[in-house]
This record gives sequence, structure tokens and C-alpha cells, in this order.
Amino acid sequence: MTSEPSPAQDSSHASPSSPQDPWVSRPHQVGSDAPFYLGMGILFGAYVLLILAMMLADLFFTSRSEIVKALGSKEIQFSIWLSLKSCTLTTVLSLWVAVPTGYLMSRYRFPGRALVDALLDIPIVLPPLVIGLSLLILFHLPLWEKGRVTGTDGQEVILYHKLNDMVPVAYTKAAVILSQFMVACAFAVRTMRATFDQINPRGEQVALTLGCSRSQAFWNVVLPEARRGVLTAATLAWARSMGEFGPILIFAGATRLKTEVLPTTVFLEMSVGNIQAALAVSLLMVAAAVAVLVLVRLWGRVGELAGPRVV
Amino acid sequence: MIAVDNLSVGAGTFRLDGITFEIPSGRYGVLMGQTGCGKTTILETICGLKSAHGGRIRLMGRDVTQAKPAERNIGFVPQDGALFYTMSVRQNLGFALHMRRWPAEEARRRVDELSELLHITHLLDRAPHGLSGGEKQRVSLGRALAFHPDILCLDEPLSALDDDTREAMIRLLKEVQRKTGVTALHITHNRLEAEKLADNLLSLDQGRLKVLECLKQA
Repeated sequence: MTSEPSPAQDSSHASPSSPQDPWVSRPHQVGSDAPFYLGMGILFGAYVLLILAMMLADLFFTSRSEIVKALGSKEIQFSIWLSLKSCTLTTVLSLWVAVPTGYLMSRYRFPGRALVDALLDIPIVLPPLVIGLSLLILFHLPLWEKGRVTGTDGQEVILYHKLNDMVPVAYTKAAVILSQFMVACAFAVRTMRATFDQINPRGEQVALTLGCSRSQAFWNVVLPEARRGVLTAATLAWARSMGEFGPILIFAGATRLKTEVLPTTVFLEMSVGNIQAALAVSLLMVAAAVAVLVLVRLWGRVGELAGPRVV
Repeated sequence: MIAVDNLSVGAGTFRLDGITFEIPSGRYGVLMGQTGCGKTTILETICGLKSAHGGRIRLMGRDVTQAKPAERNIGFVPQDGALFYTMSVRQNLGFALHMRRWPAEEARRRVDELSELLHITHLLDRAPHGLSGGEKQRVSLGRALAFHPDILCLDEPLSALDDDTREAMIRLLKEVQRKTGVTALHITHNRLEAEKLADNLLSLDQGRLKVLECLKQA
């Protein structure tokens, strides 16, 4: 077609189109979908390959004897145990807080809700070091006067009560757990809130009419339906706390055989140039993370296949 | 008997005032109205899921305006059935009895009785996932009737069903109401469904509630 009229020039433009109108009669064609899939595939493949390459590089750089040697070290054994224990405790604490928080934020409207919502996201968006520093300051903030002493230079010094005097947390194992908890819990809260948002509130309303109190409706109807969300929140909290380093370094310190967790070990070994030990510990963390992910997925799958209890 | 006297209800900026009607004991009341006119809000307020802004609700002569949902003795069948998906059909049917601490033997007998009444005996050990729309609604109805409630509240229970299933459910609802003698309040936007079911037909139009007709005399 050599002289195709443009729609603007077509005098019949305003009237209903007739089949003779070239814009109407021309068959509609779309291009190939190959570039779309190719573009997506390249980006997707590049990322997956990068993850895989990273893991393989770690594996090839070390040897079994280095790993065994690292695992034999008393300090590293301590940090493995402290990491496992603190992450598990942090996960339990995070769930205890995240389940009610997520539920309240999902189900209830109250004044200042948007502000609370933003506050709950602070530990996610803040740099981890800042969380550690904020915890340190909170526990050492001068609260009220304890007494006055005269210094050697004759100057009077005011002593203050601090939170850390009453609850000695800073630079202890409790500080490790609190540092992990501050970040991990925020992720667990997000997950639980999304979970409860997806559960139809009609179910618990029906439970209320069937004779349940609010608490009975929650435990018998809502929580069983949120089971997968709880598992996801627990996995996320565990994995986050396993990798937590910044707040622990500042608030709990990096004292060997006292507050040393696996990321601290990697940092300490790297800082003295012992890259093999750092790598061995890193691989251990990778293995632990993969094991937890697989176990939790399997556990969720088994529960699903088993189906509900039958009276 | 369901007696609603000068009830004010609302949700957000939406508000309905001066709602007054009565469904005598053992009758099937149907409240008709267009989508979004506030029918569900009225039903939820009667069930105790929303608090009344004013007025009184009496059920079988008892003032329940401030009572908790659990204390109103109402069986509630929501639009989508809202079955408990982590439980089997049998557990769904026996849920209210479990909450009321019925002896296991009594509860089992009641669940069997209900499943026969609603023709769902073959579904008892199934999970709610995979049930058809009609089957879900029959389970939801059975769950609501299990504890012998005085009142049955149904929120558009047939709106998601195909024509044949809807006809069968209408026959079943009439049969169940005749056998149990429960006082029912059913809301719908479907006039045909309303006319087939109603002993007492009410209509809500632009915030005004009208008693259309009393189809059959008590």
C-alpha cells in the first residue's frame, strides 16, 4: 500500500469505522516473544550463576583439612555454639513479639497506626551499625543522679544511674541476643503482618459466633491458618540473626570466648590475615543456613501432606 | 424471634439509622437490598460482630445489644462459607460443640445427624479444600446449626452458586428450617431467591427499611 491515509487526514475519522478503513482492515501482528524471554532469561541466569559461582569459589579455595583445623579451634567451637544458641533464642523471642504485633497491625485501626507502622520498619531501614550504637547509648544514657564525687583535680563529678547498671546487658551474651533480636524481629513482624493480611477475618468472626472468645478464636482458627507464615518468619529471623554483625560488634563487642559469634569470627580471623579460617567459618554458616532452609521447607511440606487431624 | 428496634449501625462514613423490624419465632425472614446498601452491616450488628451505634436488638425476648457474639446463640453462615481450612469437614461441623465442651459421644452423634440432614456424610473426612461451592455452603450451614442456635443468620449464602445448585440449596434451606424450627434471617440481592424462601420479606432501599409483605401467616 503506497498512499495509506493517516487517521487525522481521514474524513470519516469521526464516524464509525467501516471495514474499508485501512486502519481497521489491516491485520494486527505482534513481534516475536523471543527478545522478552531472552532479556529476562539473561538477567535471571546471570544472578543465579553469580550466587552459584560465589559458593563454588569458596569451596575450591579451601580444603577439608583447613575446615577440620578451624573446627578444632576452641574459639571457633565456642562461637559456633553461641551462634546456634543465640539465633534459636532470638527466633523464639522474635516470634513471641511478631505474632501479636503482626496480628494487631493487620486487624485493628487505631490513631497513630501509620506512625507505628513506620516505627516498626526502622530496624529494617537503619544501618545495622546505627542500631548497635543506639542500643549502646540507650543502655548508658544518664537517667538520674546517683551521687557526686570529688575528682583528684578537686572538680566535682556527678554520677548518674544508667539502664545498664540495673540491667547489665552491654558487652555480654544478652547483648548479642538483643542486637540480633532488634533486626530479626522487624523482619518477623513484616512477615506475620503480611500473613494475617492474607487470612480472611470472616473465619475468626464465625468462630466468635460459634462460641469462641477472642483468644480461643485466635488460637484455634487464626494461628493454625498462619502456620506457614510463622515458619517463614522463624526462618527469616533465624537467618537474619545468624548473619548479624554490625550491632553485635558495637553493643556486645568482639571478645573471644565471651561474645564471639560466627560473623565475629570471620571478622577477627580476616583482621589477622587468617583467610583460611575465615573461609572455613563462612562455609559453615552457608551450610547452616541451607540446612535450616531445607528443614523448614520439608517440615512445612510434611505438615501439609499429613492434612488436618480428624476427630 | 428477632426484634430490631430503632437500630443505628455504621462502618466508616456509612451510616444507617432507625432500622426497625421483627421476625417472629420459627419464621424465615429475608432482607433484600442492592449491593452496598448496608444489609451485611445490619446482619453483622445482629451477630455482635459490629457494635450498634444506637437502638436495641432482642433475640427470643432477650436484649443482646451489648452481648458478645458467642453469647447470642446465633448460627452465622457467611457469603463464602468461611470454612476453617486447617480442619476436616467433621471438625468444622463439631467446632461449636468442641468449644461448648460437649461430651465426645454426644458431639459425634450430633455431627452424624447434621451430616445426614445436609447430605454430606460422604464428605466428613475430607478437607474443605476442593469442595464445590454448594458443598462448602452445606458444611457452613451444618457448622452454624450444630449447637442448636435459636437464630440462623445467612449472609448471601447462595450468591456464588450456579443456578441448579442454588435451586437445590433453596429446597435444602426450607427443609432444614422446617425440621429445626430455627428463626432465620437471610440477606440477598436476588428477588427470586427471596420470594422462594421468605415467610417475611423486608427490603432495604436508600437507607429505608420496608416490610414488603408477609407471604404466609404465622
